[in-house]
Amino acid sequence: MKRSRRGKALAAVAAAMLVSTTLAACGSSDGRVQLTWYINPDSGGQAAVAKNCSTDTYDISTQVLPQDASQQRIQLARRLAAHDSGIDLMSIDPPYTAEFANAGFLAPIPQDLQDAIKNGGGPTDGPPKAFGGAVDAATWDGKVVAFPFWSNTQVLWYRKSFAQKAGIDMTKPVTWDQIIDAAAKNGGRIGVQANKYEGYVVWINALISGAGGSIIQDAQKGVDATITIDSDAGKAAAAVINKLAHSPAAPPDLSVSNEGTAGATFGGPSGSFLVNWTYIFHNYDATSPDVAKDIGYTMYPQTVAGKDARPPYGGIGIGVSKYSGHIDEAMKAAACITNPKNQGVNADMTGNMPSSADGYAYPALAKSYPADLLKLFQDSVEAAAPRSVTPYWSDISSAIQSTWHPPASVGESTPKSSASFIDEVLHGKRLL
Amino acid sequence: MTTLTTPAASSAASKRSPVSDRSIAENRLGQRLIAPAVILMLIVTAWPMVRALYLSLFRYRLTTPDDRQFVWFRNYLTVLGDGLFWRVTLNTVIIMVVTVAVELVVGFVFAMVMHRIIFARGVMRTSILIPYGIITVVSAFAWQFTFSINNGWVNSWFDWLPWISADTNWYGAHWPAMFAIMVSEIWKTTPFMSLLLLAGLAQVSEDMLEAAQVDGATWWQRFFKVILPNMRAAIMVAVLFRALDAFRIFDNIYVMTKGAQNTESSSFLTYRQVIEQFQLGMGSALSVLLFLTVLLLAFLIVRLFRVDLAQARGEG
Repeated sequence: MKRSRRGKALAAVAAAMLVSTTLAACGSSDGRVQLTWYINPDSGGQAAVAKNCSTDTYDISTQVLPQDASQQRIQLARRLAAHDSGIDLMSIDPPYTAEFANAGFLAPIPQDLQDAIKNGGGPTDGPPKAFGGAVDAATWDGKVVAFPFWSNTQVLWYRKSFAQKAGIDMTKPVTWDQIIDAAAKNGGRIGVQANKYEGYVVWINALISGAGGSIIQDAQKGVDATITIDSDAGKAAAAVINKLAHSPAAPPDLSVSNEGTAGATFGGPSGSFLVNWTYIFHNYDATSPDVAKDIGYTMYPQTVAGKDARPPYGGIGIGVSKYSGHIDEAMKAAACITNPKNQGVNADMTGNMPSSADGYAYPALAKSYPADLLKLFQDSVEAAAPRSVTPYWSDISSAIQSTWHPPASVGESTPKSSASFIDEVLHGKRLL
Repeated sequence: MTTLTTPAASSAASKRSPVSDRSIAENRLGQRLIAPAVILMLIVTAWPMVRALYLSLFRYRLTTPDDRQFVWFRNYLTVLGDGLFWRVTLNTVIIMVVTVAVELVVGFVFAMVMHRIIFARGVMRTSILIPYGIITVVSAFAWQFTFSINNGWVNSWFDWLPWISADTNWYGAHWPAMFAIMVSEIWKTTPFMSLLLLAGLAQVSEDMLEAAQVDGATWWQRFFKVILPNMRAAIMVAVLFRALDAFRIFDNIYVMTKGAQNTESSSFLTYRQVIEQFQLGMGSALSVLLFLTVLLLAFLIVRLFRVDLAQARGEG
């Protein structure tokens, strides 16, 4: 009896000690302001930048969002609509920046920082002048609403051995028709992203922009924007997709292909051409060094012969939440996160390239990437066509995904039927 | 002739005693004691439903709250007049009918095995129940990989069939994708069906079966004329539960195809409207319609089986 009561007393004391130490660890240990930065998953670059930018006044910790951009948007938007004060900084995918800004989720950026992003001339430890495409993607209603952090683009990757076998000259700009024919005649498969997701719309947008058109115009009219996907440019884009889907160069998993599966096709025995983001260059270093040595790169293929290609634009902008409890500190943190040095640190660690020419000057980049590839990345971002900047981008994107998927069903009438569908969806007349 | 009829209800009436003050007081006390729990349950279940009904009368997008507009029943008209809604409903009904039918047959086989087996009874019963213990999302991922080109084994194991090769893209067309989804669903929930059917099987009296055997009935005759009619209540419960669950299928579709190739279900459509597109008004209208459809389904199934559950329990 006595022993069990003593045992119970000991257990109670131990429990109390455990609880008190745990609770003590919960509180802020040094009195600094805690900023939480919601990041998209990467290989540690943003966490390293968060540590670089933590100061004596504030400490930045990161929280990881889901991999898929639309899942990131869903999580952030729902919490911001509920005025969650737990979000201070967030990594926003460019297509959704306009939606968040229009909904009032983003705190206004001080004018001097906006000018620095647009024209340069700010302090060297703050945001530098960003590439044209990056500024366009971060602007809504005439104001810069997010700090461009890194800018992504797609280039045309090719297996040098295959290009030699096919006898195609990769030093000159190539068109989609040329590479589809070259791959089909020589047993190669082309890697693209054509699953029913945002990546497919990225490809479609690049094809349409490359033919001189755009998906919509007059985005500031909101739901009454002009739908211009049904045009010669739209038809040219549909023709390219149709040609690839029905040619022997199409991989068997074309209708469910994404960046990962396309990369796998490229690294496999029938790898020939691949359109994919900048990370591909170091993607095969560990797993297939032969493939890594065989990688060649050039500008994104042209949709129409003679018309300059408009590569896709991607990346991340840093936004400060309007409902954060520490907006001033978060603004200072965002300015530090997007300065040229930290852009370079992130690029070096993750392969996600900087959003400014100053960022590209980071010395470590020149060691990991050949100079001509760095120049190609910068040229691509300058020439890039971002996806239409509108608060209704997610509806437009889903409408395009519904009507242009699967790729084998795309034909001459697809641009017209998708245009009328987009219009009806925007006006709430059709279910999406 | 049915063994479900109990001694006439008239004798039950004569057994009823007059209601006393004491029993009224006990009833009232009982109601007061459970009132807090009932109120809490109403708040948690009824309030969201009422709010969904209320929201469904608006055109309301979460990220443009200033454009919120009261539109009466226009959302319902848009939904009911849209081809996508009816295609999706048809998909869901097909999935429900096929999976419940297959599960009924396979579940019955499992139930009879579990009922009659003598050797390794524990191992057999446990292994039949394992799929039901796995989380649906995990099983959906497992089946998604199984049918995929790069990671799966279906193509390599079955390429001796004429229409399957190493390159067959199961998720590339409507019917193969539906097939994959239905296989995953059936594998996951057949154990549940077989459990319910086992309970019903165990209730069938051995005496009746022996009597039928003595009278010269074959195995099939015993099955269709003795076992099945006596199990009507258990079968109805099993079909009811599974049909309502199958109509609300979501996890398998979300994980395996994300609704591509026109494989969406009603729940998935509602999810996309509310969660992905922030269309709270339209999505609420869809969820109210889903609720009403499930109610209708339950009503139809109970009527179909014409089983009075109270009678089946042997009460008056």
